[in-house]
Amino acid sequence: MMSVEECATFRASTDHTVPNHDSEALTVKMPPIIEVDHISKNYSVFRKKEGFKGAVQGLFKREYNTVEAVKDISFSIESGEFVAFLGPNGAGKTTTLKMLSGLIYPSQGTAKVLGYVPWERQDQYRRQFSLVMGQKNQLWWDLPASDSFELHREIYNIPKQQFQQTLGELIELLGVKDLTRQAVRELSLGERMKMELIAALLHRPRLLLLDEPTIGLDVVAQVTIQKCLREYHERNKVTVLLTSHYMRDVEALCRRVLVIARGKLIYDGELSGIRDKFGQEKILKIEFQADEPPPDLSQYGLVGTIEGPTVELRVERPKVAEVLSNILARHTIADVSVQDPPLEQLIARVFEEGGTGE
Amino acid sequence: MTTALKPDHDVEYELQSPNWSSIWRKYYRVWRVSIAERMTYRADFLLGTFLRMLPMVTTILLWQAIYEGSGENILAGFKYREMIAYLLLVHISRMFSSMPGLAAGISRDIREGTLKKYLIQPLDLLGYLISYRAAHKVTYIVMAALPYGIIFYLCRFYFDGIPSASICAAYLLSLILSFLIGFYFEAAVGMVGFWFLDVTSILYIVITLNYFTSGQMLPIDLLPPFWAGFLKALPFQYMAYFPAVVYLGKVQGNELIWGLALEAFWALFFAWLARYLYRRGLRHYGAYGG
Repeated sequence: MMSVEECATFRASTDHTVPNHDSEALTVKMPPIIEVDHISKNYSVFRKKEGFKGAVQGLFKREYNTVEAVKDISFSIESGEFVAFLGPNGAGKTTTLKMLSGLIYPSQGTAKVLGYVPWERQDQYRRQFSLVMGQKNQLWWDLPASDSFELHREIYNIPKQQFQQTLGELIELLGVKDLTRQAVRELSLGERMKMELIAALLHRPRLLLLDEPTIGLDVVAQVTIQKCLREYHERNKVTVLLTSHYMRDVEALCRRVLVIARGKLIYDGELSGIRDKFGQEKILKIEFQADEPPPDLSQYGLVGTIEGPTVELRVERPKVAEVLSNILARHTIADVSVQDPPLEQLIARVFEEGGTGE
Repeated sequence: MTTALKPDHDVEYELQSPNWSSIWRKYYRVWRVSIAERMTYRADFLLGTFLRMLPMVTTILLWQAIYEGSGENILAGFKYREMIAYLLLVHISRMFSSMPGLAAGISRDIREGTLKKYLIQPLDLLGYLISYRAAHKVTYIVMAALPYGIIFYLCRFYFDGIPSASICAAYLLSLILSFLIGFYFEAAVGMVGFWFLDVTSILYIVITLNYFTSGQMLPIDLLPPFWAGFLKALPFQYMAYFPAVVYLGKVQGNELIWGLALEAFWALFFAWLARYLYRRGLRHYGAYGG
């Protein structure tokens, strides 16, 4: 019968997953690593008409649609933070990452990253960050990864000793000791991703931008990459901004999240705060003493799964105590617990609301 | 500017500004890695070289028939033996100037977004690609030396021995410049990919025209004087015709110096054009895609 405490301790433990006390001490003195100021990005997209006739018409008269990929987003990220960027497909996450890495420039607004305007693409800026985008690799397919690493050493002008030290550290961190001499095309997807990550970290970037680093990987590889990122972050105090579809990645790594939907920033704060802001429901899991649960439970809340005498009941947060005491008064109960709905579900709802909110 | 942001870990080297020697080392490394990559395909080389020379047999027979049919010993200044020597030498020119897949590769990088590798790393696309292509050429020439040696030995009847040292030097220079023209010309074509989704049809036209206008099919001199003069004013002849006639000793003295100077001019022009289009293209790319 330990229920409410359970959820309280859970909450506390999520706060502890990413210990970065040091960075907090530093943030006081230092300007933010990333400062995004009212940034917007519009794409003008050619609207192709259907069929042959449309294609011919398109030759003479073109119609363009403006797509607002990012709308007036502002945020700032301090040195040493590990921040997740969440949002459904097409929400504008990747567009924002592209602007921060200087691939594209915004239609409106400004941004400063490490003190530079990213889309000016100054060499000094490019030496201090890394962008990893899924599996689009920067490794040479037919050669062992170590050859690509050597090339990176020259590209970034890394002193040999520093290079060897960093490489050794990363190889150990990811457990890929025997794989760096194998042609990249012979590696599995997970192994290739690890090599990709090593390549991105060799020059010890101060800022790491990760776009879906674990996409398509099995659970074991996902966990290894998470572990590596966490340890690397702790050791080197690098600032990381990550997008992912896997809530597991986010829960394991990030304390702060930015939620973006339809190009707008709809949440910026602690991961646990999402529950406070968007999670107005709790799940009561009740095991009744009788063989079957009583039939009239829907008066208390939304009835979820029923397994034998155990029922899941969704109840609005302010009513939890009242509902619980009502049920306890009328029925004999074997066990009860109060839980938060899974974060994944919550996020999915936030996305939907963000979409219909305008 | 960076002093305001003191790095929070040991990153002294990050502010080490790149100098010429480090830039040279960077692209030299690209060159070496590319050679290593190319070596994985060496079997392909040998076979490809022999197969490419096979049509030469029919060409020799064809021209024999043309000379016999015309009843003349010299056509447009070319004796029969010189004609065959020319057609063999054109293969050497193309060994330097042809850039298979360069333009298509650039436009694919643009379309599929792999271009970003050059934008987020301190690495220049054109510098990278020219190092890569130079490595291709070196490996190819080394690998092809044996089969080519055999073929030229078998065809030694068509040549008047080895030309003088000064002609050989001019020949080598014209080949190196033809490599540069070939590279920057195709790179400039590839940059069109910034504005057009698909460049395959443009490429097809360019390749077909180039085959003719560069003199790969036959010496430009065989054309009517107006057209021959016109083609000689264009840069394409430097990708096949010009080095071959330099070797054959058909351009000498002032004409040779002028020819090399013009070739150098075109190499610089295309280098500028490719760079200009790249810069304009990136601006377009930054606004519309990525």
